[in-house]
Amino acid sequence: MAEHSTFRLDGRPIPFAPGQTIMDAALAAGAYIPHLCHHPEFAPHGSCRVCVVCADGREVSACTAPAAKDMEVESQSESIRALRVSILQMLFVEGNHVCPACEKSGACQLQAVAYDCGMLEPHFTHFFPRRAVDASHPDVILDYNRCILCELCVRASRDQDGKRVFAISGRGIGSRLIVDSPTGRLGDSRFAITDKAAHVCPVGAILPRRGGYRVPIGERLYDRAPISRVGDVAANEEA
Amino acid sequence: MPSQLETASHPQGLKRVAIEPVTRVEGHGKVTLLLDEDDHVQQARLHIVEFRGFEKFIQGRPFWELPVLVQRLCGICPVSHHLAAAKACDRLVGVDQLTSTAEKVRRLMHFGQILQSHALHFFHLSSPDLLFGFDDPVAHRNIIGVLDAHPDIARQGVLLRKYGQEVIRITSGKRIHGTGAIPGGVNKAVSASERDLLQADIGQVVQWAVDGVALMKRLFGANAAAFQRFGTIDANSLSLVRPDGELELYHGGLRARDATGSVLFDHADVADYQDLLAEQVKPWSYMKFPFIRALGPEAGWYRVGPLARVGNCDAIDTPLAERERQEFVAMGQGRPVQATLATHWARLIELLHCAEAIERLLQDPDLGGRDLLLQGEPRRLGIGVIEAPRGTLFHHYEIDADGLVRKANLIVSTTNNNQAMNESIRQVALDELDGRRLTEPLLNRIEVAIRAYDPCLSCATHALGKMPLELELLDADGAVLDRLRKRADGNIVDDGHCSAAS
Repeated sequence: MAEHSTFRLDGRPIPFAPGQTIMDAALAAGAYIPHLCHHPEFAPHGSCRVCVVCADGREVSACTAPAAKDMEVESQSESIRALRVSILQMLFVEGNHVCPACEKSGACQLQAVAYDCGMLEPHFTHFFPRRAVDASHPDVILDYNRCILCELCVRASRDQDGKRVFAISGRGIGSRLIVDSPTGRLGDSRFAITDKAAHVCPVGAILPRRGGYRVPIGERLYDRAPISRVGDVAANEEA
Repeated sequence: MPSQLETASHPQGLKRVAIEPVTRVEGHGKVTLLLDEDDHVQQARLHIVEFRGFEKFIQGRPFWELPVLVQRLCGICPVSHHLAAAKACDRLVGVDQLTSTAEKVRRLMHFGQILQSHALHFFHLSSPDLLFGFDDPVAHRNIIGVLDAHPDIARQGVLLRKYGQEVIRITSGKRIHGTGAIPGGVNKAVSASERDLLQADIGQVVQWAVDGVALMKRLFGANAAAFQRFGTIDANSLSLVRPDGELELYHGGLRARDATGSVLFDHADVADYQDLLAEQVKPWSYMKFPFIRALGPEAGWYRVGPLARVGNCDAIDTPLAERERQEFVAMGQGRPVQATLATHWARLIELLHCAEAIERLLQDPDLGGRDLLLQGEPRRLGIGVIEAPRGTLFHHYEIDADGLVRKANLIVSTTNNNQAMNESIRQVALDELDGRRLTEPLLNRIEVAIRAYDPCLSCATHALGKMPLELELLDADGAVLDRLRKRADGNIVDDGHCSAAS
């Protein structure tokens, strides 16, 4: 009888199979729940918390919470939207998200989700981290100050490439992306532009060289339609 | 020679008057005057008081971000920074000659930029002084006053600017801070429908530009003697010119003339700009003082912008603007026109030239071409120079082997005019203020002289790190009690207690 189980997302019945998360079932049914660290090909991570929903009165992350029969899930309420905006504001002030100069602007999942949730200003005090860009690789550069620690590159390099090039190191606000190479530099690692990990970064942290600003304003991924219709950066990159 | 009003010989006990902020200019500036008991002006200085540090904080960034990043220096002339940086980046990716489509799209963008900036400056910022007189009540001496009194003129100014902004939008993606120019070319051509949109209005725009020049000539003619004299200084001039000596706004060689019109250097390669020009720093302003090396800092300062360009070139290659240029140059009777207020006139001649040049470019099928981007052998050094609306603009970048910016030097148009602006306000201070009790209209005269240069003070305040600064503690009589100095190497020196005279 499992295939007949449903829960309700903002009043809309969503069918699900046993073991599916709220996120899996919602996306399969064509209902968008904002997210950053979720990717259908990788195990859920639960770090970004942007997919927070209210399920039977409790705030949970949709990407890790299993769907349950007859559950009432709120994703589009004003309180959930406000919570997501606060989470996004924290992500923005932790890094140096200077969209006006970033080549990923218009095709960035963090920026697109922030637009979609109606974030208008950063609200919190900026941290202004000062990590240097790693441009040692011939095909890809790393801007650590834009990394949101979603671990998509970590998961891709470990689970698909089998190279384990990336890891998250440190504790608390000292947490950061690191590269497995003798020097810690990407150019000295086994990383290649053909790796899955080169194509899953939802923001402007892992950037292929020679692509910057090639797409005119008006034609970038999220210029014409919101992310709720366009979908993830990674899904579009692979298409 | 800088006039003696740069530094008062005996600053003790003088009255200090500050105009802060200087209005109807871009950015934050301040003028200070020191007056003696009889209201004689002893010192007059234009200070730039804001400060951002682009040259420093872009270090470590990937070079291809530069055209998009550094244009945030300014919201009036972002296209000039966008293109100067892109030209420098062309060199970094080993491209010396763009595809015909890329070059023409960039030129179109730049003509749109100068058109809109000149329209903004003349109509929104300066026309209130020129139409109503320098003594007009301050509440009325602004664009809203112009809209009330001369709605036709104001409307024409607004729509001229809008047209230039539309040209920029179509070539760069948006009106302010687009992304069209990328290292080695552009990211879009001009489609047939976009070209049709611009062509629909260009005839009207050219006519308005003709009317604008006529208006300025009327205003100048009605006050000829006063306008000839007001804030006028003898200055060297610097601008780009084409190989044939004609006016060039996008790409050319450097030409400098002295105050009599004699050529100091000509068709100089912009890559050698550091051999020709140097920058001096003074402790009382964040804005540097460039000068022609061969003449030294005392005699080598120069003027850039419309007055320098229209005076420096041998001709303009669009017919209506060329006719106006000839009439303008004739006013100098064989010498360069040096009247500071004539800058407005030269500016409108350039506006007309841009309108004509856009009209011509819009008929060029290359604008819609498909070859947008080239790539060559990478280099470590890129220098891009362009004529921004306010004058010659230098972008100089050096990158490391990974493509990250290691060093940057920007000499922006307004910085080039720093000494000239200071000299002009000193001239006004001597001629119009000296010995008189200061009133708001009198102080506005100082601003009128500054406005003629259309200074972009936000552009001018990009440097960080090397600037020596001086902090002085004065007693009630103006005697120096203590002094701290930040030296060019960044170290702070405490000179301790010292005597007043220095």
